[in-house]
Amino acid sequence: MGARRHRRRPGLLNMHWHDANEFFSMGGHGGFVWGAYGVAALLMAIEPLLAWRRHRGARRAIAEQLADEAIARAGARP
Amino acid sequence: MNSPTAAPDLHRKPASRLTWFTFSSPVNFYRLAGILAPLCFVAAAIFGVAGLYMGFFVAPTDATQGEVYRIIFIHVPAAWLSMVMYVALAGWSALGWFLNARMAFIFARAIAPTGALFTLLALWTGSLWGRPTWGTWWVWDARLTSELILLFLYLGYMALVAAIDDVRRADKAGALLAIVGVVNVPVIYFSVIWWNTLHQGATLTMGAAPKMAATMLWAMLLLTLACWAYAFAVSFVRARAIVLEREGSSAWARAAIGDARDS
Repeated sequence: MGARRHRRRPGLLNMHWHDANEFFSMGGHGGFVWGAYGVAALLMAIEPLLAWRRHRGARRAIAEQLADEAIARAGARP
Repeated sequence: MNSPTAAPDLHRKPASRLTWFTFSSPVNFYRLAGILAPLCFVAAAIFGVAGLYMGFFVAPTDATQGEVYRIIFIHVPAAWLSMVMYVALAGWSALGWFLNARMAFIFARAIAPTGALFTLLALWTGSLWGRPTWGTWWVWDARLTSELILLFLYLGYMALVAAIDDVRRADKAGALLAIVGVVNVPVIYFSVIWWNTLHQGATLTMGAAPKMAATMLWAMLLLTLACWAYAFAVSFVRARAIVLEREGSSAWARAAIGDARDS
């Protein structure tokens, strides 16, 4: 680590970080920072998928019911 | 003179007029939420990217905590949302209980899992921040303990409504639990004032100047907006699913699914 050097190339993505290693190490606390954001991102990706799947399941249940009724009507015809 | 029976026809509201009760009808809500949910997901993504950029590339290193303080950009919004969503859960439960409004119970059920998720995230990110900063993963102080109780209240609500087969009875039992449990929210919020806790005081207070750098504040506020938009988006999707599960035999739901299948 040592003392922070002066930034050499100020720009959009390296206002604080000199390189990717420095960014990912987060001052030696990378595991904590990325553990926090990683789990947040993971859960916030999974939850909408589960909600969409539940919605799709509810739609399918109605569609199957409609299909069953259509078959029953066709079978009832002479 | 004028007969009182002649008047009503002239003053009757047209059926299509938008009122406070328009979206208490499942069919109107289903359509509106179908439009709003994708917009909210897009807003969440935009605010999320902007907030993460501010938090990781613009906000400076904290003078005392170093880089690990960047966890608070997600920790504080998650903790706020965990409380706000519980108040919403209790509020819809109370409306459902007193007005017997079926959509209110659906909203309550749609909100609960997302509230539980934010509570879990507040505890998880707080723990990861606490280990390097306080030197401990967990401590039984008032703020942390009451937030853990909030998680149990969410999980208890979800387990209770899932355990009762009769939908109306489940709605009412869950509503009662949610309403009684709301007493925990002010306990969480004021715990840092009422007790001498390890947890620091409020990050932001109404009417007081923020005690942090403007860029840090912006990162946190942008991620808060992202969490709000996310919460609305996923609650809308879940509420639509619950509407279909409950209204599946109604004419409008059958027509909506039938049309989508034929086209």
